[in-house]
Amino acid sequence: MSQAATTIDEGGSAHGRLMRARFASFAQRQGALIALVAVCVFAAIRYERFLTEENLVNVLRQNSMLGLVALGMTFVILTGGIDLSVGSLMAVAGVAAATLAGQGALIAVVAAVAITTVLGLVNGVVIAKARIQPFIVTLAMMIAARGLVLAYTGEKSVGIGKSSETLTSLGRDFVGPVPVPVVFLVVLFALGWLVLNHTRFGRHVYALGDNDEAARLMGLNTARVTIGVYALSGALAGLAGVLDAARLGAGRPVAGQGDELNAIAAVVVGGTLLTGGQGSVLATLVGVLLLGLIFNVFNFEGWISPWWQAVLRGLFLLVVVIVQNRLSRRK
Amino acid sequence: MSNAEPVLRMEGITKIFSGVTALSQVDLALARGEVHALVGENGAGKSTLIKIMTGAYTRDGGQMFLEGRAVDFRTPEDAQAEGVVAVYQEVNLLTFRTVAENIYLGREPRRFGLIDWKQMNADAAALLKRLGLDIDPRAPLGSLNIALRQMVAIARGVSFDAKVVVLDEPTSSLTEHEVQILYDVIRRLKAEGTAVVYISHRFDELYTVCDRVTILRDGRFVATRPLAGLEKIDLVCLMLGKQREELRQGTTAFKGATEAAAGETPLLSAENLKRGRKLNDVTVEVARGEIVGMAGLLGSGRTETARAIFGADSVEAGEVRLEGKTIKRGSVNEAIDSGIAFLTEDRKAEGIIPELSVRENLTLAALPALSTLGVVSRARQTEIVDKFMKRLGIKAANADQKIRELSGGNQQKVLLARWLCKNPKFLILDEPTRGIDIGAKGEIQSLVGELAESGLGVLMISSELEELVEGSSRVVVMRDGQRVGELRGDDISQANIIRAMAEGTTGEATAASTATAHVTDTTPPAAEPPSVPPAKGA
Ligand SMILES: Nc1ncnc2c1ncn2[C@@H]1O[C@H](COP(=O)(O)OP(=O)(O)OP(=O)(O)O)[C@@H](O)[C@H]1O
Ligand SMILES: [Mg+2]
Repeated sequence: MSQAATTIDEGGSAHGRLMRARFASFAQRQGALIALVAVCVFAAIRYERFLTEENLVNVLRQNSMLGLVALGMTFVILTGGIDLSVGSLMAVAGVAAATLAGQGALIAVVAAVAITTVLGLVNGVVIAKARIQPFIVTLAMMIAARGLVLAYTGEKSVGIGKSSETLTSLGRDFVGPVPVPVVFLVVLFALGWLVLNHTRFGRHVYALGDNDEAARLMGLNTARVTIGVYALSGALAGLAGVLDAARLGAGRPVAGQGDELNAIAAVVVGGTLLTGGQGSVLATLVGVLLLGLIFNVFNFEGWISPWWQAVLRGLFLLVVVIVQNRLSRRK
Repeated sequence: MSNAEPVLRMEGITKIFSGVTALSQVDLALARGEVHALVGENGAGKSTLIKIMTGAYTRDGGQMFLEGRAVDFRTPEDAQAEGVVAVYQEVNLLTFRTVAENIYLGREPRRFGLIDWKQMNADAAALLKRLGLDIDPRAPLGSLNIALRQMVAIARGVSFDAKVVVLDEPTSSLTEHEVQILYDVIRRLKAEGTAVVYISHRFDELYTVCDRVTILRDGRFVATRPLAGLEKIDLVCLMLGKQREELRQGTTAFKGATEAAAGETPLLSAENLKRGRKLNDVTVEVARGEIVGMAGLLGSGRTETARAIFGADSVEAGEVRLEGKTIKRGSVNEAIDSGIAFLTEDRKAEGIIPELSVRENLTLAALPALSTLGVVSRARQTEIVDKFMKRLGIKAANADQKIRELSGGNQQKVLLARWLCKNPKFLILDEPTRGIDIGAKGEIQSLVGELAESGLGVLMISSELEELVEGSSRVVVMRDGQRVGELRGDDISQANIIRAMAEGTTGEATAASTATAHVTDTTPPAAEPPSVPPAKGA
C-alpha cells in the first residue's frame, strides 16, 4: 500500500526531517545573518580591497548613524508602532548642536539630544493619550520638525566653528582603530540588548507589541511604555543627528531625509515583525550591516548608476522579506 | 476589622455603553473566604460587572468599597495594586512570551535592576507544580493549547496573593482533570481568606465550589442567596425570570438521535487519518441525519481529527470523502465548497472579526450565496440575520452592533449561526455550547437536532458528557491520537464514556473482556459485529 510506504519512508528520515525543521527555524530567525555572510563571502572573493581594515571600518562608520536610528526604531516597531519622524529629528539635533557649539561640546550635545527626546516624548504622549495612530502622529511630526528646522536655518547649513573641535571630533576621531561613531554604535546596541532582554521596560515593550489589550488587562501601564519608546527613538535619532553634523562640520537642515525609511528597512530586513512583539536588536544590527554592505558592493562595482542601485536595493529588500515570510510560515 | 464587614462591596453599579444600559443599580458584596457565584444569561452583565470591579471599565454610577474604604480603580493596574485580580473570560495573554513572563508580567523579580530570569522561571515552575500542572515555564505561551493557556491565566491570577480573585468562566475550555485542579486551587484560596468570584454557566460547578450566588438578569440585580438549600430549578427560575412550571424538564434539549440505516454510503467518511503523533490512523464515518459524538480528554486528538477533516491541517495519510467524493487533502476551500462547516473551539483567534457588525460576521460565509454578480442582497441578508438572531436568542442592540461589543456567549451564537446559515451538508461542532447559558444551550441543541432530522450530518466534539449522551447516536472515543472505541445505543452513558476515555475500553470491549481489545479498536463501524442494541429513541 502506498500509504504504508510513505509512512515508513518518513519514519526512516525522521532525523533528516528534524534537521530540516531546525534549519528552517534557524533560517527564519537568522535569514538576514545568512544573507550577510553570503554577501561578505561574495565580496571577499570578488574584490581584493573588501577585506581591508580601511574598507570595513568605513562601512561601519558610514552606517553608524543609521544604526542608531534603527536601534530606536526597533523599540518602536516591537511595540507595534512606527516612527516616521526620526529623519527630521536628526536634522533638528544636528542644527541645534551646531548652533550651540560655542557653549561647549557637552552642552551642545546634551541640549540637542534633549530637544529631540522631548519631541519624541510628544509623539508618544499624543499616541498613547489621544489614541491616534503612530503613523499619522509621527508623519505630522516629520513634516513639522523639518519645516521648523528649514525655517530656523533659512535652508542654510550651520557651520560648527573652529572653536568647537571637541564636537567635530565626535564625528571624526578614532578610539584606537575604531571611529568614535562606531564606538557609540557598539555601546548603545549592547545597552539596547540589555534593556530589551533584561529589564522590565524591555519585556513590556515586547508585551505591548504582542497583544496590547491583554497587556493592559494584565495591569501594565501601556501608556508609559509607549511614551518611553518614542522618547527613546527621538533621543537616538538626535544622537545620530549630532554625530552626523560633527562628522561633516555643519548642521544641515536637510540631514536625515529618507533615513526614517532606511531605518525601517533595516529593522524589517533584520527580521523584526512590523506587527510587533517579535524581533531583537541583534537582528536590526544585522539588517543595518546587510544594507550597508550592499551599498559597499555597488561602490566596488562602480558601473551601476545610483538609480539602478536604488532599484536593486528595493528588489533585494523585497526578496529578503518574502523569503523570511515564507520560512516563518512553514512551521 | 470585623469578619462581618465584606472585603469588597459594590453598590448601585450602573454602566451605559453608548446609550445602552448594560448594568443598572447592581449590588454585590463579597465576604472574606467565600466563593461567590455570579450567574445570569448571556449578556446579563456578569463580565461587565467584574470588569468594573477590576478597573478594566469605569462605572457610570454607584460606589465601591474595599474593606470599608471607598475605592475607584481607573485601570487594572490600580486594582491589582490593591489586591483585586481577575482572570477574564477570553484568555487574554501574550502569545509570543513565555509562560513565566505571562505569569509575572509587571512583577518580574529583579536583581540589581535587571530581571532575574532564573528566579522568575524557578518561581513559575514552583507555582505550576503546586497547581499540579506539567508546563515548562520557558515555553512560549503560543505553543500551549487553549486549556493550558487558561490554566496559565489562572496561575497568574492566584499568584498575586490577592484579597479578591475573579474567575470569569474559568472552566470553559478545561477538561475534568483540570477542573479538579482548579477546585483545589479555589479551596486553598478560600482557606487563606481570599474572596473568589466564580462565573460559570455550568451549575454542577457552582454547587460544588460556591457558597453564595448573586443572580443578574438583563443588567439588573435579582438576588443574592446561599447556594445550600437553593434548588437548581429555583436558581434557573431566578435567572430566567420564569416560574417553575414554565421550565422544560431534562438537562439537554436533544430528542434522541436517529442512527444511520445499515449499508447506506456514509455522508462523510474520513479514513486512516494520520498526522505525526497527534493523529494515528483515525477513521470516522457519519451518515446523513446522524449526530456522532466525539469524546476524549484534552490532547486526545478530538480537535485534531476535526481540523484534519476540515483540511485545516494537512495530514500525512488518509482520505476524507463527502458523499463518496474525495476532498483534496489540506484544502479548507474545497472542504467548505463541498459543504463541510466547522465551528472551531478557539473562537477568539479563528472565528470572530471584532470590528465588523453582527450582521457581517453572521453572513460572512454565506455571502456568495446571498449575492448576485457580487452585489449583496440586503433584504435576504436581513432576513437570515433576523431569523438566526431570534432563533438563537442573540442579544445585541441591533444587527449592526460591532460583534466585539457582544457578551462572550452571544459572540459564540453568532459564529454558530454563521455556519448554519450556509446550509452545510456536514457540520463539525467543537464544543458548541461552551460558555452558552442554560436557556440558549437548549435552543442550540434542539436546532442542531432539527437540522440533523432534515439530513445534516454532525460530528459533535464536547467535554460535556450529558450533551454527548443525550445528543449522539454514536459516540467515538479518542485517546492519545487514536480512536479507542465507539459506543452505541444503550451503551452510551456517562460512566461508559469516562471509562473508555480513561482506559480505552468501550462497552463492547468490556463485554468481550479482551484485555488487548482496547487500544487498537480502529475498525470502521460498518465492520463491527451487528450485536449492537437499537439506538435509544429510534
Ligand atoms: N464594550 C461594549 N460596548 C457596547 N456594549 C457592550 C460592551 N461590552 C458589553 N456590552 C453589552 O453589555 C451587555 C452585558 O455584557 P456582558 O459581557 O457583561 O455579559 P455576560 O453576562 O458576561 O454574558 P456571557 O455569559 O455571554 O459572557 C451585553 O448586552 C453586551 O452587548
Ligand atoms: Mg461574560
